[in-house]
Amino acid sequence: MRSAVLVFPGINRERDMARTLKIVSGNETAMVWHADTALPAGTDLVVIPGGFSYGDYLRCGAIAARSPIMDAVRAHAAKGGLVLGVCNGFQILCESGLLPGVLMRNQQLKFICRDVYLRVERSDTPFTRGYNAGQVIRVPVAHGEGNYIADGETIARLESEGRVLFRYASPDGIIDPDWNHNGAINAIAGILNARGNVLGMMPHPENHVERIIGSTDGRGLFAGLVQHFDKAA
Amino acid sequence: MLRNEPKITPELVAEHGLKPDEYQRILELIGREPTLTELGIFSAMWNEHCSYKSSKVHLRTLPTQAPWVIQGPGENAGVIDIGDGLAVVFKMESHNHPSYIEPYQGATTGVGGILRDVFTMGARPIACLNALSFGDPSHPKTRHLVSGVVAGIGGYGNSFGVPTVGGQTRFHTRYDGNNLVNAMAVGLARSDSIFYAAASGVGMPIVYLGSKTGRDGIHGASMASAEFGADAEEKRPTVQVGDPFAEKLLLEACLEIMQKDCVIAIQDMGAAGLTCSAVEMGAKGDLGVTLDLDRVPTRETGMSAYEMMLSESQERMLMVLKPEKEKEAEDIFRKWGLDFAIVGETTPSKRFVIRHGGEVMADLPIKELGDEAPVYNRPFVESPKLPVIKPGDVKAPMSAADALLKLVGTPDLCCKRWVWEQYDHIILGNTVQRPGGDAAVVRVEEGPKGLAMTTDVTPRYCEADPFEGGKQAVAEAYRNLSAVGALPLALTDNLNFGNPEKPDIMGQFVGCVRGIAEACKALDFPVVSGNVSLYNETNGRAILPTPTIGGVGLLADFTRSVTLAFKNEGDVIALVGATAGWLGQSLYLRDICGREEGAPPPVDLAAERRHGEAVRELIAAQRINAAHDISDGGLLVALAEMAMASGRGARLDADTGAMPPPAFWFGEDQARYVVTIPPAQADDVLARLRAREVVVRTLGTVTGTALVIAGETPLPVARLQAAFEGWLPAYMAGPAT
Repeated sequence: MRSAVLVFPGINRERDMARTLKIVSGNETAMVWHADTALPAGTDLVVIPGGFSYGDYLRCGAIAARSPIMDAVRAHAAKGGLVLGVCNGFQILCESGLLPGVLMRNQQLKFICRDVYLRVERSDTPFTRGYNAGQVIRVPVAHGEGNYIADGETIARLESEGRVLFRYASPDGIIDPDWNHNGAINAIAGILNARGNVLGMMPHPENHVERIIGSTDGRGLFAGLVQHFDKAA
Repeated sequence: MLRNEPKITPELVAEHGLKPDEYQRILELIGREPTLTELGIFSAMWNEHCSYKSSKVHLRTLPTQAPWVIQGPGENAGVIDIGDGLAVVFKMESHNHPSYIEPYQGATTGVGGILRDVFTMGARPIACLNALSFGDPSHPKTRHLVSGVVAGIGGYGNSFGVPTVGGQTRFHTRYDGNNLVNAMAVGLARSDSIFYAAASGVGMPIVYLGSKTGRDGIHGASMASAEFGADAEEKRPTVQVGDPFAEKLLLEACLEIMQKDCVIAIQDMGAAGLTCSAVEMGAKGDLGVTLDLDRVPTRETGMSAYEMMLSESQERMLMVLKPEKEKEAEDIFRKWGLDFAIVGETTPSKRFVIRHGGEVMADLPIKELGDEAPVYNRPFVESPKLPVIKPGDVKAPMSAADALLKLVGTPDLCCKRWVWEQYDHIILGNTVQRPGGDAAVVRVEEGPKGLAMTTDVTPRYCEADPFEGGKQAVAEAYRNLSAVGALPLALTDNLNFGNPEKPDIMGQFVGCVRGIAEACKALDFPVVSGNVSLYNETNGRAILPTPTIGGVGLLADFTRSVTLAFKNEGDVIALVGATAGWLGQSLYLRDICGREEGAPPPVDLAAERRHGEAVRELIAAQRINAAHDISDGGLLVALAEMAMASGRGARLDADTGAMPPPAFWFGEDQARYVVTIPPAQADDVLARLRAREVVVRTLGTVTGTALVIAGETPLPVARLQAAFEGWLPAYMAGPAT
């Protein structure tokens, strides 16, 4: 799997993401500067990592979504290439129009960093094939603006098309407001685009891939992607 | 010839915080009346914050050497060697006063400043910690201050991209008008590429990097604007505004040009910005510095030389570049979208010359600006000794179980999750032990080494007996690190006190420093950096003496660190260290009996060292599976914390003997740990400890889901957790005042 991690000024989880991709796939990852206009040839997976692009001084992700490199990302997605956006990356994908909806401030109006439980809704996607449907995984969140919302029609479509891949849940997989730390509608933690090749999610699976550092629950996402491309190759 | 406008009057001198005899000294040094810009420069260099004039003679007594110390106090941060070609760079600094005036921005700029101190030396920051002291929870400003300070610390560190992994939060009425925000940063560098402030070589370009200079933070900004010039400038707030985004860019750009070998010397612009950084670079390198202020990037027009020299705008650096690397360095800064301007050069004259608008605005001897700052050996009186409270002097108003339930829900002992969940404590992917334990543990690169870090001090002990309190602060940091299995290597100190011109306050300072020095010596735990914050007083009332200690320790193998949580049903619980039942200045006496009294527990440094070594050895040999330092609240609180961290209970059948139960369970005797041992190993571990002359006894067994104290009603761990977790969120959800 050849992956490229985008680096915008103010992005700060690019090293975490590159290390995880290396650990799971065994391959080095290309770091791609925001001002570049092309992805490295042969890129399989584009990752937009977490952070505070441009300080998030405007709406989160709004400036990054208009960076030169994003045209190349749109073209990659239009060809069916896979794109993963985590945290600020999810916000950037929403701002760039690759995903619907928006991430508002957390319901409690505070930044929250803690482990949360996610229910994996489907396992038949390249992003979740490393998990079983209904499986509950524990991964961390670290954000102030992760409260997903979209208009009613969009939400209905996301739900009916099975495009919600991850939901905040209790450790037993029950959807419950007490376990939805940011107040996202329908406890949405991660969604797919209509074509199924662009995933945005708030939690950080890349920070839970080693037993000694938290847990290995985030590994399945990356291992699944590696399998996906191995099979394709 | 320098133009002297306006004329320097005694009032102007006083407004700059300079005493008449200090001004006399300036006149003698330069042989003429200073310009306003020069007066501003002197006031910036000779104030307490920059010159350490009241503390210097005492700070010199602190042990700062060890074979593993690469750089002690005097640079931007301390540096220690951890082997494998790696060095740890760290320091702690206060931002107390600004955080009281404007808690969010005050706290952010505190974090920003300490991060710059660390990456200025060539280190990538890998962790932040803090120590926060707030006023009484019932004080009308406290909730607002907690909320703003915590959001500010998180707002900066989270965006910058460094995990905030540990700290302390306390409440006491003596901080009502004067909260403390002490921020610590830890970075990792190659030990052969540390960068220093001393300039070298004549005619080298001095480069200004980072954000533009504005009028924020100017000393004396409240002075009548007529004295600065005729323009009717609006008054600006004096608290600086932090920009973590700019700082993240500055970090990446600085590390990149350091790696490309462009840098001769580098200094961050902190307090007194351009003045302090330029003087330090020149004075340390025995060189003069000439600055041309017309080239300084400014945020607004019409800034005077005075304003530029005293601005404390954030996220700025000064650097002496290798001339042949100028272009390369500039390209890197441009790539990161940062200002880059050559604003001056080094000279052979040893003079500090400021030009602005074609005029010389200042021409001062550079060495004297720093070296000839006044040094005071201020008079002091030792704090009176307080009576020792004997175990039998304290009557228990309630059962031990009830007292425990109450204590874990008090502001000082309750869980600080509400605070540290607002800090990203996992970014960078190396946080092995998160906040909530004795010390945080962070993996070093890909391992196997790990670093442990902690901040600690017990101000009520320091107030009751500065010498013992100073010792205790160091000893507790040492214990925190030992409890996770790390060898304590070095510390940074952040000494927060009241007005040093009062002999009793000066006595607290001197006593605490003596205690710190004694403990550092006995524990081989040198001071490598630090900061002094004096004049923390409001309406004549000083804060509790608060010498915060930030300790750093090394684990040979991070996978072998232990946490405080109970691990397995049936594990044997043992108490390491002797129990005399010391209740003077204990939280039990204060929060259960309503008495803030007595002498604090004495610290036996030989025992601290012996016990610390023994615990570390057991952890490294994987003979114990949990360890916890006993501190605030005493033994039973420590046990409850181990239970709450795991959800497991314990049967505590220890015979308290002749000692009254409150003294046994809640005494705050020092040099003690609770450890748990797998049952099959228990006899061997106890024998090993006794062979090392370590006092040890068993207390009971890990079992069930309640704490069962012999003769008392069982206390479900869930009930303890509810009390422990409940107080702070409930308090913060209270009405805004």
